[in-house]
Amino acid sequence: MNDMRRVERAVETNDLKITARNVQVHYGDTHAIKDVDVDILDKTVTAFIGPSGCGKSTFLRTLNRMNDTIDICRVQGQIHLDGEDIYDPKVDPVQLRAKVGMVFQKPNPFPKSIYDNVAYGPRIHGLARNKADLDEIVEKSLRRAAIWDEVKDRLDAPGTGLSGGQQQRLCIARAVATEPEVLLMDEPCSALDPIATAQVEELIDELRSRFSVVIVTHSMQQAARVSQRTAFFHLGNLVEFGDTSQIFTNPKDPRTESYITGRIG
Amino acid sequence: MIKEHIVKSFDRDLESIQAKILKMGGLVEAAIANAAKALETRDLELAEEVRRNDKLIDALEDEINEDCATLLALRQPIAGDLRTILSVMKIAGNLERVGDYAKNLAKRTSILVQVTPIEGTAGAIRRMAREVELMLKDVLDAYIHRDAALAQDVRNRDEDVDQMYNALFRKFLTFMMEDPRNITACMHLHFIAKNIERAGDNTTSIAEQVIYLVTGETPEDSRPKADTTSYESKGEA
Repeated sequence: MNDMRRVERAVETNDLKITARNVQVHYGDTHAIKDVDVDILDKTVTAFIGPSGCGKSTFLRTLNRMNDTIDICRVQGQIHLDGEDIYDPKVDPVQLRAKVGMVFQKPNPFPKSIYDNVAYGPRIHGLARNKADLDEIVEKSLRRAAIWDEVKDRLDAPGTGLSGGQQQRLCIARAVATEPEVLLMDEPCSALDPIATAQVEELIDELRSRFSVVIVTHSMQQAARVSQRTAFFHLGNLVEFGDTSQIFTNPKDPRTESYITGRIG
Repeated sequence: MIKEHIVKSFDRDLESIQAKILKMGGLVEAAIANAAKALETRDLELAEEVRRNDKLIDALEDEINEDCATLLALRQPIAGDLRTILSVMKIAGNLERVGDYAKNLAKRTSILVQVTPIEGTAGAIRRMAREVELMLKDVLDAYIHRDAALAQDVRNRDEDVDQMYNALFRKFLTFMMEDPRNITACMHLHFIAKNIERAGDNTTSIAEQVIYLVTGETPEDSRPKADTTSYESKGEA
């Protein structure tokens, strides 16, 4: 099956950004992720799909060590970002999360001004030498998140005063402000209306020219629309991982077929 | 289908479309059989019935296309469901073509009853039509049972139809050379034979759709072809 979008949306690279090998995650006694191997390509959108509780979000969170914040969570296996083990004790998780940014399901702007929301990351990571630098970063990030025109006249207004779709794009602006190399998105559109969803999806496609995006979504159509590679998780296993066009026209595993076509699987 | 959809109305929509395809298939099978029978027995009434029934076939194709468009818009089928809808639309198109060939056969029958019959050709045409009719029946069975092997078998059998057509083609040439008064009948009979041969080709396309539906891949090997008449001249006939 040819993907018609290839013409304009071809994956130009086969460079590996993240390699995960034999990843196991336990929450206490629960075995949440079972021996998962995944390669995330650079400058590519990878979608994780699967029923609730299949481990897709858990796996996403291993990629920037968000699971470290959960006491009972144990992660085993190797996850390398550009060949470096991110679970190496020498790696500072805060630095790692600047490189591997994250956007959550519910827009969660800080209770600060729009400007400070975006400036927060660059400030703590010391990315700006002076106010002019910071202004530039804030503007660039807001532009990249396709929200600049809507907020440029009210940068001092609280971020929490924006609409849901705007808040989510503000969070994306905040995530891209630290110049991450990978952007993790955990159901970024589930709280948004179709227009805001389309804006975020368009944004994801644009962000792909700069870095890898990994998106967890419950919307099969969204996975089909935005991603080039799709991974299907089920009961903690990675069942199938392949080109999005293949997964949605001719999945190889009957469990994938059952799930994506809306059958009991 | 392996399992039912969680949303049961989705299954009902798909089933209704597939029921229509099968109904259409049944009508087309009958059209080919009756058209050939009308030709052999010079039965103008039966020929007229074939022409009338073609309207039903055309209407069913329109209905199927509309249903498919609605289902695509409302349910966004993917994977096996998507392949089902895509193949249904193409199969409906192929069946409609076969129906048209049967109608054309019936039309020419009304002219042929006015001229002297050509010895031994009506039976040959009947046999050829019978073979296509059987292929059509089998390909519809292959569709119902999602049987790629049977579809492949149908695909291979098109060669026999091609060979029957070649034999008839030579026969018509001979008759026309023998006596120019045979030309009118032979020309019509030749178009009839050619139309049945084309009906066989459409049946083969349906077989390919069934293979795509089941395996997700279109057969890539070029299908066996035995229609060699494009290379023949009267010297060889």
